[in-house]
Amino acid sequence: MTQSVVVQVGQCGNQIGCRFWDLALREHAHVNKKGLYDEALGSFFRNVDSRNRDGGACGVGGRIQHLKARAVLVDMEEGVVNEILQGPLRDVFDSAQLLTDVSGSGNNWAVGHLTYGSAYRDQIVDKLRKAAEHCDCLQCFFLIHSMGGGTGSGLGTRVLGLLEEEFPEVCRIVTSIYPSAEDDVITSPYNSVLAMRELTEHADCVLPVENQSMVDIVNKIKLMSHGAKLGSMIRRDSTVISGQGGLSGPEKPFDAMNNIMANLLLNITSSARFEGSLNMDLNEIAMNLVPFPRLHYLVPSLTPLYTLADVSVPTRRLDQMFSDAFSKDHQLIRADPKHSLYLACALMVRGNVQVSDLRRNIERLRPSLPFVSWNQEGWKTGLCSVPPVGHTHSLLALANNTCVKPTFMELRERFTKLYRKKAHLHHYLHVEGMEQSFFSEAITSLSSLIEEYHQLDSTKARLIPDAPRLSIAR
Amino acid sequence: MSIVTVQLGQCGNQVGQELFDIICSDAVEGQRKTYSTCSCERFFRQSSHGELTARAVLIDMEPKVISHSMTKAAKSGRWRYGEHSHFSQKQGSGNNWANGFCVHGPRHRDVVEELVRQEVECCDRLAGFMPIMSVAGGTGSGVGTYVTQCLRDIYPTSFILNHLTWPYGTGEVIVQNYNSVLTLAHLYQLSDAIVVHENDTVHRICSQLLNIKHISFSDINRVIAHQLGSVLQPALSADSHRVYSRNPVGELVSSLVCHPEYKLLGVCTIPNMPSSSIAYSTFSWPGLLKHLRQMLISNSKMEEGIDWQVRPPSGSGWPRNPTGGGSFNTSLANLLILRGKDVYSAETGGFEDPALYTSWLLPEQALTMWKSPVSFNKYEKSATLVSNSQALLRPLDDMVGKAWNMFASRAYMHQYIKFGISEEDFLDSFTSLEQVISSYSQLC
Ligand SMILES: Nc1nc2c(ncn2[C@@H]2O[C@H](COP(=O)(O)OP(=O)(O)O)[C@@H](O)[C@H]2O)c(=O)[nH]1
Ligand SMILES: Nc1nc2c(ncn2[C@@H]2O[C@H](COP(=O)(O)OP(=O)(O)O)[C@@H](O)[C@H]2O)c(=O)[nH]1
Ligand SMILES: [Mg+2]
Repeated sequence: MTQSVVVQVGQCGNQIGCRFWDLALREHAHVNKKGLYDEALGSFFRNVDSRNRDGGACGVGGRIQHLKARAVLVDMEEGVVNEILQGPLRDVFDSAQLLTDVSGSGNNWAVGHLTYGSAYRDQIVDKLRKAAEHCDCLQCFFLIHSMGGGTGSGLGTRVLGLLEEEFPEVCRIVTSIYPSAEDDVITSPYNSVLAMRELTEHADCVLPVENQSMVDIVNKIKLMSHGAKLGSMIRRDSTVISGQGGLSGPEKPFDAMNNIMANLLLNITSSARFEGSLNMDLNEIAMNLVPFPRLHYLVPSLTPLYTLADVSVPTRRLDQMFSDAFSKDHQLIRADPKHSLYLACALMVRGNVQVSDLRRNIERLRPSLPFVSWNQEGWKTGLCSVPPVGHTHSLLALANNTCVKPTFMELRERFTKLYRKKAHLHHYLHVEGMEQSFFSEAITSLSSLIEEYHQLDSTKARLIPDAPRLSIAR
Repeated sequence: MSIVTVQLGQCGNQVGQELFDIICSDAVEGQRKTYSTCSCERFFRQSSHGELTARAVLIDMEPKVISHSMTKAAKSGRWRYGEHSHFSQKQGSGNNWANGFCVHGPRHRDVVEELVRQEVECCDRLAGFMPIMSVAGGTGSGVGTYVTQCLRDIYPTSFILNHLTWPYGTGEVIVQNYNSVLTLAHLYQLSDAIVVHENDTVHRICSQLLNIKHISFSDINRVIAHQLGSVLQPALSADSHRVYSRNPVGELVSSLVCHPEYKLLGVCTIPNMPSSSIAYSTFSWPGLLKHLRQMLISNSKMEEGIDWQVRPPSGSGWPRNPTGGGSFNTSLANLLILRGKDVYSAETGGFEDPALYTSWLLPEQALTMWKSPVSFNKYEKSATLVSNSQALLRPLDDMVGKAWNMFASRAYMHQYIKFGISEEDFLDSFTSLEQVISSYSQLC
């Protein structure tokens, strides 16, 4: 089996990362009743013998000693990481995996990317290499960060570049939290656009998630769970709704939202962590879903969110789960994939679902989903037999769809509003190594990305004839 | 003589396991010493204690499937895989033919060649090689093509028969048509004959003939294994003087592939039924052969839903299909294999009809017949047809058409270029397959 390393950068990255580790541990504890360290656990955790001072790892097959997350935690302030070290997850990390500073990035991409990026470059590379050395076959890096702040956005994308330099053959999947329009970080449009260019150039796949959609989804879940009739139908122990039963203490404001994102990560990694009849390797995601190198933004949707799963799986509900994955209010960014254009789509299913269920639902939904002319059958599927805790089945859809375009255009608009007035620009230009060209190149990169989606969109209404075939001279 | 099987990738290792299983259980059943000895020599090595070890090399770029197949074989209690005849790595080829062909293949060439050499050394006489793989994934298709090329280099005079599983039309791998095109175009230069099973067809056999509700790959693979086994088990040919033919691979190739432009072979068998019904059914040779012949000429790949309107064109300039049914499937060559009771009484004249074949071969050159009085895999009587005909033209044309459409937009190209396959390589592959399509469509 292969292993993956999670790199979490900045406040948001670390907070989401920790929800992920919490839920992943819970999931494995639920499945792994024997207490043995197996390949499944090994994909994201090391098993370390505490008596062994240098943290010598124990092989697969032995008893679980101490599980250490295959993770690197980076933040330029201490608060979040310290909190983790005082909390229930403290044993999952050791100090060699952490890198902190005290003064923060002041929500400034340039400070994160350039100042800290240069100061900590060697230390970061060192920690990444250590994490990689613990793997016998490293397949994937998962980077978690926010776009709107300074550390995750600036230093996070710097780490992305370092990953590419140091481990060119290892797949880089990035989960990026996009700011909402009313974000309290005034400079978030700058930071996001500057970070976008890095993502477009250096990531294999990006899973964009918008805080605004998280808020909407959380509100709907709350509404349903408080509503008299519906509330009784929602399973309290479901990992989607709360961290209850997990290791963490009382809930904080972002917790409900971060749970959803942690679930996204749980589902995307499930087929690497557990058995399944139709395995989907992590390197198959980019291979199947990314037809052009820059167009690697994959819109995630997660079901069931507030539909519910009881013990038995009546067909109608299973089919409902497939329908929901394509509806507007299940997307983790504000987007409507059905009314845009699919370049490719993956369905990653967990739990008690058969190949025939997949085929039936694809056939059923296909007519209502517009696919690009050259990829009319652009479906990739995976089946993992282990469902999430508290559910009998779940579905993660990853859509390479032009519906990301409005989000990017809105971001560009917010950027332009600030940039026209040169607002806050001097904070960036003071940073050593930062130049105005960073801004102009970043916005050019974003505009050309938007244009590429636009070009594809414009093929939608037209009937594209098949390409004339090669003719053979006889 | 013996066949060395090379199982590649997930599909290859799963299909191969079912094939050996069916061959073994068929061979050891009942009192048929010469049949069983001949079959075992073909497919198994025998230890001094009589234990059977498959003459197979198992190759995959990830460990799970191989270990699963080896365990399954050992559990059968009848046969097993060689303890050291396998090679796996930790990380698959990620659905990328280029990764398999340009990276994994060359990187592990020496190990794989050595495993094959060891297996060949265990054969008194080598009949040929049979690589088994899918065309849609990355390992079977890419590494499989590379390994076939190595076999061709090292054993230039041995027969190579590739067994290929063609993907479902939709569903599992988005770049499947690219991978298929690259595989087929390369194999066409390397292989002596290419036997194809289409997953969609076999799936339909499982649901409509075998009445299986939740169809698994294991169900599908048993059907493929049954069909392949019925081709490869011992049989008598017209001039073999009551001795089982020695080299089924060589004889199959020489009777079916008379021209290097035409080497795509389809297989169909009759009957197919749930095992619970076999014991209660009887069949007559005329009935079986009448159905099988119509399946051939109307290109229906199973005995349900045969179009009985399709007739061979008559020489006297009549319209081809007066009733407007489906179109007639022209054959270049056919191999008809009959197994079971009263096999010598079967009347096979219907397959000798010159109207079934191209004009440039005499029917006696175009039709080969193998027979065996020993019934196969629990069917009292069964008939199998391996045909070099237009039957695979449509699926091949679809595959190339879809891949070409994608290629026109250059989608996914960077994933292949990254590992060393260029646009020109693609163009070469398209060109050679268009050639094959054109050749088969002009068959008449
Ligand atoms: N979903 C989510 N968003 C967060 C969280 N923490 C901060 N954010 C968002 O991230 C952005 C600020 O970036 P932050 O991660 O705090 O800055 P950094 O520490 O400098 O990387 C804003 O858009 C916040 O709304 C969190 O825990 N969850
Ligand atoms: N008939 C059959 N097809 C399979 C099986 N496993 C995978 N496939 C098909 O093989 C293709 C995927 O290739 P696979 O062999 O899994 O990839 P590889 O391991 O990289 O060679 C798809 O078209 C699947 O439908 C199997 O056991 N039987
Ligand atoms: Mg595979």
